[in-house]
Amino acid sequence: MDTILKIDHLNKSYHDMKSVILAVEDVTLDIKEKEFISIVGPSGCGKSTILSILSNLEKKSGGNITFNKENCKLGYMLQKDSLFPWRTILENCLLGLEINQELTQENKERVVRLLETYGLKDFMDKYPDSLSGGMRQRVALIRTLAINPDILLLDEPFSALDYQTRLALSDDVYKIIKQEGKTAIMVTHDLAEAISLSDRIVVLTKRPAKVKKIYDIHLTDKSSPIHNRKCKEFSIYYDKIWRDLDVHL
Amino acid sequence: MSTYEIEHQQFLRKKKREKRLILFSQIAIIVIFLVGWELLAKSHLVNTFLTSSPGNVISTFVSLHQTNGLYNHIWITVYETILSFTIATVIGIGVATILWWCPKVAKIVDPYLTVINSLPKVALGPLIIIWVGASINSIIFMALLISAIITIINIYNGFMTTDENFITLLKSFQAKKSQIFFKAVLPSNRLTFINSLKINISMSLIGVIMGELLVSKEGLGYLIMYGSQVFNIDLVITSVFLLGIVSYLMYYIITLIEKKLIKK
Ligand SMILES: Nc1ncnc2c1ncn2[C@@H]1O[C@H](COP(=O)(O)OP(=O)(O)O)[C@@H](O)[C@H]1O
Ligand SMILES: [Mg+2]
Repeated sequence: MDTILKIDHLNKSYHDMKSVILAVEDVTLDIKEKEFISIVGPSGCGKSTILSILSNLEKKSGGNITFNKENCKLGYMLQKDSLFPWRTILENCLLGLEINQELTQENKERVVRLLETYGLKDFMDKYPDSLSGGMRQRVALIRTLAINPDILLLDEPFSALDYQTRLALSDDVYKIIKQEGKTAIMVTHDLAEAISLSDRIVVLTKRPAKVKKIYDIHLTDKSSPIHNRKCKEFSIYYDKIWRDLDVHL
Repeated sequence: MSTYEIEHQQFLRKKKREKRLILFSQIAIIVIFLVGWELLAKSHLVNTFLTSSPGNVISTFVSLHQTNGLYNHIWITVYETILSFTIATVIGIGVATILWWCPKVAKIVDPYLTVINSLPKVALGPLIIIWVGASINSIIFMALLISAIITIINIYNGFMTTDENFITLLKSFQAKKSQIFFKAVLPSNRLTFINSLKINISMSLIGVIMGELLVSKEGLGYLIMYGSQVFNIDLVITSVFLLGIVSYLMYYIITLIEKKLIKK
């Protein structure tokens, strides 16, 4: 498969009055088209920082980021759904298009279709406060998909949800991403989630984030994420990555 | 009827009774107060020269009404208040927007705003009269000094406490600053606007009355001042009553606007 995004010797440091915080150090990574890649690492190591740099929310301190596609568009799904309470679900989903001034009739119809396909048709004209946490997160995903991005960045998209919702939603989100044929980069600290969803897993060291190891995930009988958790290789990967993370209390 | 329905009926009846009791008590208080006041005055237990009486207030009101001066005074006060309120709102939103847009400017002016805000503005009254002149201008100036500063501060604080997550979200769509302002900052601050309009109208009225007490030849503030100078307590108390009604009505209009805005 073709490489869609090359991250080359990426560095990032934050400054405050007292010190320099090195958050990302020399991270090199190739992302292939249509793959689902997860980034795991101890909390505070610099995972979100990498996504923020990719989506232009933060400036990099050094290194190169190259997109092997013209006008490669990124969609960032943040940890918090941040749905605007004064906008209906549909209006929330159109936000990205409005900002990029691409709110054509055609694009609007595509978003409505997305909402229909993924079970949100009846809620289109409702306001976010009438939706459950899992639904809200699904709306957030569709809001991200609405601008038709080539690459999706997902920052711990399920972390605010209870366990059952999280399982069900990760199944949904996985299906949606595959059906829409998107490349996805997901940050998580949940190993099981990473293994059950990903084609590859990047393990980062604690701060400053460096690439410690990259795993290709091969599961026999790979199907939906919930099902993948029952594959026999699952626990082997889990143990290996757990040891890489080197968690001490 | 099921037991639930009966229970619900009882609940409704209880609520209704409670409401009626409250309204009755409210009316009773004002009636007892007015009647008591009138009786004390009639029986010469209090000196009406100092305390006036409801009867005197009514006859003062009637004579003001007949000499036509009444509505002019009310109108002048209302006009000055609305003028000051409007200018303060425009200044407040404008300056708050500039401060939000240019954080450096906000940092620079911050201590000045704080000092001006905490200064009791009445202290500047005499200076304002000397500089601006004893006219309606100094009344408006006085009112603005009181209402505009607090409006700026309230709206700016509202802008600054816009949910960071909303802003990050818009930035992730590569939004420009103006888009962040119009899509997130303004709409998420509807409550801030309403609250500062409420404060603004009260502050404008306070400022206008203060100005009228100092310089004016017209308005309710002037009537109060004039009444006290010629020791016409009937006039003073009538004016205070009118002021209470005017101030309540203006506040009421803002709450009507609030209901309209919140519905959406
Ligand atoms: N805007 C910022 N200014 C200063 N330090 C920051 C900023 N954002 C993140 N950091 C620091 O950089 C480190 C990495 O943060 P982050 O990427 O959010 O970690 P993760 O997502 O892996 O939990 C943390 O130690 C955090 O304190
Ligand atoms: Mg994070």
